[in-house]
Amino acid sequence: MAIHGCYTARFPRRLLLKDFMESLLGMTAQPQRLHSAHPSPDSPEPHLVTDEMVLNMGPQHPSTHGILRLILKLDGEVVRDVQAEIGYLHRCKEKIGENLQYNQYTTYSDRMDYLAGMNNNVGHAIAVERLMGNIQVPERAEYIRVIMAELNRIASHLVALGTYGVDIGAVTPFLYAFRDREKILDLFEEVSGARLLYNYVRIGGVVRDLPEGWGDRCRKFLDYLAPRLDEFDTVLSLNPIFIDRTAKVGVLPADVAINYGCTGPMLRGSGVKRDLRKDEPYSVYSRFSFETPVGPGPRGVVGDCLARYWVRIREMRESAKIVRQALDQLPSGPVMAKLPRILRVPPGEVYVRTENPRGELGFYIISDGSPKPYRFKVRSPAYCNLSVIGEISRGALVADMVAILGSIDIVLGEVDR
Amino acid sequence: MTPQALVEFLQAKFDGKLLESGMTGSDPFIRVAPEDWLSVAQSLRETPELQFDYLMCLSSVDRKELLEAVYHFYSYPQQHRLEVKVAALREAPKIPSVVHLWKTADWHEREAYDLMGIEFTGHPHLSRILLPDDWVGHPLRKDYQFPTEYHGIDHTGRKWLTLEDKIPEHLEHQTPEERAAKAAAGRAGARGGTS
Repeated sequence: MAIHGCYTARFPRRLLLKDFMESLLGMTAQPQRLHSAHPSPDSPEPHLVTDEMVLNMGPQHPSTHGILRLILKLDGEVVRDVQAEIGYLHRCKEKIGENLQYNQYTTYSDRMDYLAGMNNNVGHAIAVERLMGNIQVPERAEYIRVIMAELNRIASHLVALGTYGVDIGAVTPFLYAFRDREKILDLFEEVSGARLLYNYVRIGGVVRDLPEGWGDRCRKFLDYLAPRLDEFDTVLSLNPIFIDRTAKVGVLPADVAINYGCTGPMLRGSGVKRDLRKDEPYSVYSRFSFETPVGPGPRGVVGDCLARYWVRIREMRESAKIVRQALDQLPSGPVMAKLPRILRVPPGEVYVRTENPRGELGFYIISDGSPKPYRFKVRSPAYCNLSVIGEISRGALVADMVAILGSIDIVLGEVDR
Repeated sequence: MTPQALVEFLQAKFDGKLLESGMTGSDPFIRVAPEDWLSVAQSLRETPELQFDYLMCLSSVDRKELLEAVYHFYSYPQQHRLEVKVAALREAPKIPSVVHLWKTADWHEREAYDLMGIEFTGHPHLSRILLPDDWVGHPLRKDYQFPTEYHGIDHTGRKWLTLEDKIPEHLEHQTPEERAAKAAAGRAGARGGTS
């Protein structure tokens, strides 16, 4: 097959597709034909004998949102099996974690899920604070963390939904989504000086207080956002073509979702009402009232692509609700606990999980009492969510692969770490 | 079940199979030998009082002469957490796979194999997942030696191509003499320009 030659020439260092398929699937990737050159005389219609075909999607493919290679095994238009090959963006985040002091890692946590830097910062900060045990994070800092995390959740979902539209063929909603996301990035730029990798939430609090008038500008943005979300519904969510492409496609049953460790909108799309902000409230989340949206969507069934999409779009409204409450209750005071320059972390271990836009972000940190962690493990939500792709795309059409992959909402920086 | 009650329940249920049990911070934990792990895992999932249906995280830890796999479980119906540690000797780090019970373990066990070198027996296709298939060594081990080169790519940052170096054939457009002459002409031109 031509793809083999092309792949080998461009990526000579990795194993050949043929070896890979043989080792993993126990099948041979011989040159495959749609029409057999030597029809078997036993077949009723010898000229129509078909073989299974192996199709390589990626690693450079616009719908893979990064560098991801999917190996599809096709029977005509129907997908029989999918094998995901990841690791193209592996940057040794865990090894780096073992070689840095605790407070130096914040910048690296930004770069894992680069669409939700604030959420990653919050997860890392909480993990180290629990490990240290005796840190009193100021009240105001906790509220600011919640505000930033929820704004970032809206921003991340806007990217997810906008690019999902593009994957399926609707380009306009993408521009709408990015227009609104820019406004959130402006707010982030005011507080942190950065638009993508914030390094704002630190161990012990946040690095600096909100600037003058920031709360009013944030409220103004929330007033602006509500009608925009209605507009988004009109343009994309209730568009009959969009619904046809996503409803009843890539159905993920609840038990399979739990078995594969799917979390976040993936799990809630399958009808499981679980949200760490409610079940294991961290920070000050227990003080706010908000709903946990679950599937199904306006049409379709529980656990299909539309349900996952629908959960995300309704989560944005809930996040806006939380931000508004947090702004109203925002206390005054310091934003940073008093900490030594080099953190002394007692020996011990902790597994802390927080709710990221993509699901459960876990940090498992083992300390041996030295200034650097002994082991630093990151449980990334997109890694587990992506692993289910083989299960939910079996039997789907090739054209639906992009719809299914987009609905998982992966960020490869986090999958590969 | 409260964490303390859970530990007591597990001690009664798996009497003799637990090498260690107690609390790590606020979480209950147990330690199991690799040969008992499969049966313990089965009952963790199927006992009605436990029902650990969700494997949150599987980590690998280098403990000098032991390599350890750490499992973090959560039960959605019962809403309790458990940490399980299974350690194997460094010389032959073999731990039974639990892919048939929790599918999350599939990619996580491959990752632990890839980065730490723990061999999960019974895994359907244990292979490297994040690193290339021909990578040598397991980077998260504490005694890992960083490679100085990978397929001709220098990792030390000290080696630069000189005029005498043999250039790979597919990049060879000119002979070393031609290159030297061109470089000399370039240097002469640069000097001429500045003086």
